[in-house]
Amino acid sequence: MPAQVITITSGKGGVGKTTAVANLAVALAANGSKVVCIDGDIGLRNLDVILGLENRIVYDIVDIIEGRCRLKQAMIRDKKLPDLYLIPAAQTRDKNAVSANDMNRLAKDLRSECDYLLIDSPAGIERGFKNAIAPADRVLVVTNPEVSAVRDADRVIGILEAEGKGPAALILNRLNPVMVKKNDMLSPDDVLDLLAIELIGIVPEDEGVIVGSNRGTPVASDPKSKAGQAFRNIARRITGEEVPFLDLDHSGGLWDRIQKLAGRK
Amino acid sequence: MSFIDKLLGRKPSADSAKERLQLVLIHDRTDLTSSELESLRDDLIATISRHIEIDVSEMQFGLEHDGRSQRLVADIPIKRVPRRRAKGKSKAR
Repeated sequence: MPAQVITITSGKGGVGKTTAVANLAVALAANGSKVVCIDGDIGLRNLDVILGLENRIVYDIVDIIEGRCRLKQAMIRDKKLPDLYLIPAAQTRDKNAVSANDMNRLAKDLRSECDYLLIDSPAGIERGFKNAIAPADRVLVVTNPEVSAVRDADRVIGILEAEGKGPAALILNRLNPVMVKKNDMLSPDDVLDLLAIELIGIVPEDEGVIVGSNRGTPVASDPKSKAGQAFRNIARRITGEEVPFLDLDHSGGLWDRIQKLAGRK
Repeated sequence: MSFIDKLLGRKPSADSAKERLQLVLIHDRTDLTSSELESLRDDLIATISRHIEIDVSEMQFGLEHDGRSQRLVADIPIKRVPRRRAKGKSKAR
């Protein structure tokens, strides 16, 4: 079966897009899917360091597009997972080196090579973002429970609808259940109420995410990490499995409501 | 929410965030500023007032959202319908 192309975007920078791509890629590949991820952030590449593959880069996406290497030469195989590959962004070029047509062509060539093609979109709503969503079959929007991130997510969701790429699904990242309980953080209910889109996962704030990026080992491969578990669950939902949402609040009430909202109950 | 906030009767910050976002998102989605909305309201009042007398003080006017779609909602109480003109006596303005 040809690959599904999934683009991960957010509008605002720094909400955890690249971390989400790395973790979903690891979780999908660990479950036996063949995964290729593309870093779409030309000039500001980062997916390589999050995956711990920065020392293996020889060719990048612009080398493929400009014909300096074959597709397979720019696909870097992961250290541990033999079914996970990265196509890195070019670091010394700008976003104008790639067009939406280039991305469509690249995705078309990769569809027969894998089960899932994950594209890490740059922040913003300009060319790099437009390139990243061009070949997408499905778009996941990452946001944080915070006013500026939610506002930007809403803008992006609106653009995706207008471009015929909707409906997007939401990853609510860095939720702090203690703050939600104290009413000092937007709850998942609040965010879903505001954005009115489908929820595909809630990732709790977890120091392990930073430790994982320090080491170049995404938390999805850590069986004890809560954030890792959340990403593994999202990966299973991507493959079409019904997975209940994590119970982060021990009283259960809030999370019951979220599950209902997300139609999981 | 801190003890001091509660003491001062301040509302939880998550509630402020949600209320502020609700307004901002409606304006972002419709690309209408508050002042444009205000002038739309004034135009609507002027137009309707040419036909019937309305109670502007009780009028409700604003944007509401239903999922991801927006609607403009106006609830305008009518004060008094002018008596129908007598037959044959209608005069052009």
